[in-house]
Amino acid sequence: MTTKRIIPCLDMTEGKVVKGIQFVSFRDAGDPVQLAKQYSDNEADELVFLDITATVKNRPILLNVVAKTAKEVNIPFSVGGGIRSVSDMQLILRAGADKVSVNTGAVTNPALITECANAFGSQCVVLSLDAKKVAPNRWNAFINGGTLDSGLSAVDWAKEAVRRGAGEILLTSIDMDGTKKGFNLELTRTVSRAVSVPVIASGGAGSMQDFADVFQTGEADAALAASLFHFGDLSIPELKRYLSEQNISIRRDV
Amino acid sequence: MITIIDYGLGNIGSVLNTFESLGVSCAVSSDPVVVGSAATLLLPGVGAAGVGMQNLKARGLDTVIRNRIQQGVPFIGFCLGLQLLFEYSEEADTPCLGVLKGKVVKFGAQNKVPQIGWNTVTVSTQNPQAVRLFNGIPNSEFYFVNSYYPEPTDPEIIAATTQYGCTFTSAVAYKNIFATQFHPEKSSTAGRILLTNFIKEIL
Repeated sequence: MTTKRIIPCLDMTEGKVVKGIQFVSFRDAGDPVQLAKQYSDNEADELVFLDITATVKNRPILLNVVAKTAKEVNIPFSVGGGIRSVSDMQLILRAGADKVSVNTGAVTNPALITECANAFGSQCVVLSLDAKKVAPNRWNAFINGGTLDSGLSAVDWAKEAVRRGAGEILLTSIDMDGTKKGFNLELTRTVSRAVSVPVIASGGAGSMQDFADVFQTGEADAALAASLFHFGDLSIPELKRYLSEQNISIRRDV
Repeated sequence: MITIIDYGLGNIGSVLNTFESLGVSCAVSSDPVVVGSAATLLLPGVGAAGVGMQNLKARGLDTVIRNRIQQGVPFIGFCLGLQLLFEYSEEADTPCLGVLKGKVVKFGAQNKVPQIGWNTVTVSTQNPQAVRLFNGIPNSEFYFVNSYYPEPTDPEIIAATTQYGCTFTSAVAYKNIFATQFHPEKSSTAGRILLTNFIKEIL
């Protein structure tokens, strides 16, 4: 069986990582390429870049970062933010990314998933799904950076995206994001059981126990965190040692 | 010098970066004349078998690759670049290059498909070439992204196996052919060790 993946997320704007990075050893703490290499050399299983401003104006900066990262990093990485077309996706893949995540662009035009999967294969199309609880046992997919309710049920949208060719789901709980109170286990388990593709849980990681819980109870295939790793509250090798001790299948670097 | 075959599929950039960082010079080509005279061939691959074969044929590369392998030129394949060596793939019902006997089949529904992530690759100790290639990493994790896997007719060519609902062939090593179902170029330190072994062994 595949091991459970630990994925640091780098939120970027204007080619710099934001969300407070406190690695003192870096000359330029916000340099995404240096950070990516640091994580890659320290047992991260994969990397996620999110261009949180994602304007067309910023795209050349993003592509430049992707190309530089691809030269430095020998683990898979995905890039998301503002993807609206097959040609947007093609530019990012050509620059060296392994996967591209789509969110708002796919909700407003679901055919985008199908077109991208047909053009490049399902393995590089990740549905980024920002879910928020709107009623008991009901989560909706939110778009525009979590500000707008699409009205779509998160679970139904996940199923449809997979039917259209999404190869993976990056599932963020808006309710838990930034709280450090743990992943949304109920949401993660519900989506994970509803689809046949891997689910990456995101939002709420605050402790090593939270990761164990999202793998064991939430049935996630991978878990993502940003500030927890960036601030140095938790190192990936330390987390991986802990998870291995909990008998969770984890990759340790050779 | 490794010639990376460009057939419009696959993460050529990553493969190129990896070999260059290991000090091996590479050329990328879709020209059958260049491929036909290459000293070492590499067939990368991220994508579907049907499109892959179609693209190889459209560029006149299928026959050239087959001939070059038969002439004994070292050949490396990753992912789809492994699958296309076999006679047939269930994916889009595709006849493939037929350099190796056997077929490519889909994972059963008991696990999530595609398989995405790191999985353990266990070397086949009966295959001496495999033992040398996996020297130092006989039982390590490598990065996989696949819905299909090869079923070789001849067990002697198996270099390594992996568990994913079933035990499947995750690498083959036979004469001048070395190919993996996983992506060494995306497999961190283990991937680098494997490719370093390959360079020492073959080049």
